[in-house]
Amino acid sequence: MQMTADAVPVLELDGLVRTFTTGGGLLRKGRSMTAVSDVSLRVAAGDIVGVVGESGCGKSTLARLAMRLIDPSAGRVLFEGRDVTQDHGARLRPLRKKLQMVFQDPYSSLDPRFTLRECLLEPFAALGETAPPGRVEALLDQVGLDRSFAGAYPHQLSGGQRQRVGIARALAYRPEVVVLDEPTASLDVSIQAQIIALLQELHRTSGLTYLFISHDLGLVRYFCTRIVVMYLGSVVEEMADPDAAPRHPYTAALMGSSFVPDPTERAQIVPLEGEIPSPFALPPGCPFAPRCPRVQDRCRTSRPALTQTTGASKVACFNPVEA
Amino acid sequence: MLLDVRDLSLRIGTVGLLDGLSFSVDRGEVLGLVGESGSGKSLTALALTGLAARMGATITAGSVVFDGTDLVGLKESAYRRLRGKRIGFITQNPMSALDALVTIGDQVDQVSRLHLGLSKRAARAHTVEILSRLRIPEAEVVARAYPHNLSGGMKQRVVIAMALAADPDLIIADEPTTALDVTVQAQIVMMLADLVRKRDLGLILITHDMSVVAQICDKVCVLYAGRVAESGPVRQIFAAPRHPYTEALIGCIPRDGMAPGSLRGIPGTVAAVSQYGADCCRFAPRCCRADALCSTQQPLPVATGTGGMLACHHPVDTPVTEAADADDR
Repeated sequence: MQMTADAVPVLELDGLVRTFTTGGGLLRKGRSMTAVSDVSLRVAAGDIVGVVGESGCGKSTLARLAMRLIDPSAGRVLFEGRDVTQDHGARLRPLRKKLQMVFQDPYSSLDPRFTLRECLLEPFAALGETAPPGRVEALLDQVGLDRSFAGAYPHQLSGGQRQRVGIARALAYRPEVVVLDEPTASLDVSIQAQIIALLQELHRTSGLTYLFISHDLGLVRYFCTRIVVMYLGSVVEEMADPDAAPRHPYTAALMGSSFVPDPTERAQIVPLEGEIPSPFALPPGCPFAPRCPRVQDRCRTSRPALTQTTGASKVACFNPVEA
Repeated sequence: MLLDVRDLSLRIGTVGLLDGLSFSVDRGEVLGLVGESGSGKSLTALALTGLAARMGATITAGSVVFDGTDLVGLKESAYRRLRGKRIGFITQNPMSALDALVTIGDQVDQVSRLHLGLSKRAARAHTVEILSRLRIPEAEVVARAYPHNLSGGMKQRVVIAMALAADPDLIIADEPTTALDVTVQAQIVMMLADLVRKRDLGLILITHDMSVVAQICDKVCVLYAGRVAESGPVRQIFAAPRHPYTEALIGCIPRDGMAPGSLRGIPGTVAAVSQYGADCCRFAPRCCRADALCSTQQPLPVATGTGGMLACHHPVDTPVTEAADADDR
């Protein structure tokens, strides 16, 4: 589904900032880091927006901000055009029915003492409601689990089956937007492909909108309709077309580091040197400058803004890769 | 041949976990041992290093010939002289492989002091040299640091340094990059492969990711539920996979230009060990080419023309209709 210029996005993040402070005490000042710095994102109904980056880039913090699980230090979260940034507790409950999340680790996100039935009924119990009859069976059908699993406990299931339960639980209230925080990162590649196929199927049949958080650019390019690349808390590139060639040197490097399952294409791998700098001591200027193969003098002193390139694509770079 | 494993079978209690595994690695060669969780990859690594017995496992058949000596039945004291010295081991999780209370330098020093008998000073010089060869900046400083001072990628380099410290002939790496970021994974894997070729070592790389195999391995051995499904040279296997499982594993990785919905994965999961059948193909319940024959008769591994093996009644390059005929006989 293509978003028209004036359509209200179902989920909008506007200038989100989140800082964390660690350590410190009575006499010592804590150190603070900016996990998410000025991130804006518009998610239209039916979109699959992929947020990609390495660990520490702020993608999971962004997911938790979008879910309103943590408060932003600055900026706004809008759902269907309504500002929900100031809502807390009971006022957030209507939002919970429309905005749900699937967590990374299906081993720790399911209560080991709940049967699958109890687990799938919990979202209703949490809001003091009763599930419509047959809902558990319908949910199990939807995620491709046999109905006989309703009485089973999580330890009786494989990782892939558990993640199906995680997805079913997120679907309990028929939400509009589902935030997927690395839902396949702890699974085997064969099971990852199964789960992605299931998510694609649900997107097609239930008209869901996804915000998909991942570290795997290859997977994001396959699965998503739009891609946001993050590095050290900032968006460095927005790709309106997932198949487009990368413009930001970091996106290009991510792509160059992904292994292609073809032994005849070995020469193309160009591993990126160095590692992500500590978010507590961000370099001035562009955060990617210390590792960037296209770095120029001004990159080390001033920070490039996210600017439009072609169509709805944007890049934050003084010296982007030629299209 | 540096390491030649023939018909290796292993069981714990009455359950057979590995069933007739055969593969080999030579110096300067990288062998990929691939399969999903539960296929027996890590257990194979433990069997090769003589650690499986500590888990109550018994090797029931086969041989593990390392540089001319069969390691099956070797005494623990003899194994101790091999492990760490001639066979280096790199574990999956660098966070738990290092002692949090000992400095990086002391941990790497221990290996060369024990196995090479180096003095304290010589061991440290050796450690710093290895660390710098693994492109760790300011190796002297890092040697004085504790594990918590280092990033995941750095820690994994230290674990690799420990595996290299006694100049081993063979390295077994059990999913060495699963816990790392993509850009760091590429660095580490390329470095490891480069090192093995330059120093003429053998490397067994255990992974579930066929794209890693495609990029750095020379040979691949695909395991399924404790048996070899298919093995052979990497280029051959990727150009024309013959076992339906190999083909499906390669198809699990998204590639540029793939149509939406074309990534299907492999239905179902690897059977639990307690449900392993003896006289059948264990992949049959998940296989699109399976017929009655596959559930009643084990496909025995047959040598292929390219030095590999294949255990399948209905390989990918045979028409499915023929398979249906076979089932009438």
